[in-house]
Amino acid sequence: MDILHTEHKRCTVIKTNGRIDGSNAPDLGKSLKEIMEKGVYNIVFDMTDVNFMASAGWWVLIDTQKNCKPRGEVVLACVDKSIQDSLNLVGMGSYFKIFPDLITAVGSF
Amino acid sequence: MMPTQIFRSDLGNLEKICHFVTIYAKEAGLNERQVYAVQLAVDEAATNIIEHGYRCSGHGDVQITCEPEADGLRVILHDHAPPFDPDEIPEPVTDVPLEDLKPRGLGIFLMRKMMDEVTYEFDAEEGNTLTLVKRK
Repeated sequence: MDILHTEHKRCTVIKTNGRIDGSNAPDLGKSLKEIMEKGVYNIVFDMTDVNFMASAGWWVLIDTQKNCKPRGEVVLACVDKSIQDSLNLVGMGSYFKIFPDLITAVGSF
Repeated sequence: MMPTQIFRSDLGNLEKICHFVTIYAKEAGLNERQVYAVQLAVDEAATNIIEHGYRCSGHGDVQITCEPEADGLRVILHDHAPPFDPDEIPEPVTDVPLEDLKPRGLGIFLMRKMMDEVTYEFDAEEGNTLTLVKRK
């Protein structure tokens, strides 16, 4: 799993591609933990190229959100419609701000 | 004969499992949204079998059969891990403050929400059989 980090003035953008499931969600978690260990708590997860997200991935993001708040937060950008629908279906959409494009997401900090 | 494939109980096989069911979900005439529902539900079911049933040992098998039907797709997951009845897992509570959110049962809950039918059977000799149905 390739995870790219881009540091901006007020936040860090992370980006990966393809599937996030039980096999690689721990890698995503490790990467997010490394960012927080550097004192960065404003995180944009750019999901432009993520086409599948299982609950294991959502728990990594929930866990990160718990660690970031109240110092900062995780926001999501460019979430695939099916992925967003599944999140809303189980009532977990309210735990994240979701932006339609990356520029707005970065600009929200 | 129905398309059946056997996968080792390794989380690394989740992508192959997804690919397998996607072929038959599309063949059954499900739309894009319904195909994603099948992919997600089967992924959550297989993850549970591998993680909780076989404890990620890599020594078990998950047999998956896809049965395209006139009005949708039936997916049957069969394994010989200890009994695991999804009905016994309580629904996660998601209308609570973030700090009170507990990571249990979300996969099962997603599976139920995404599919039209979810049934579980256990037989001492045959093992666990989980049947998921998605209609058009």
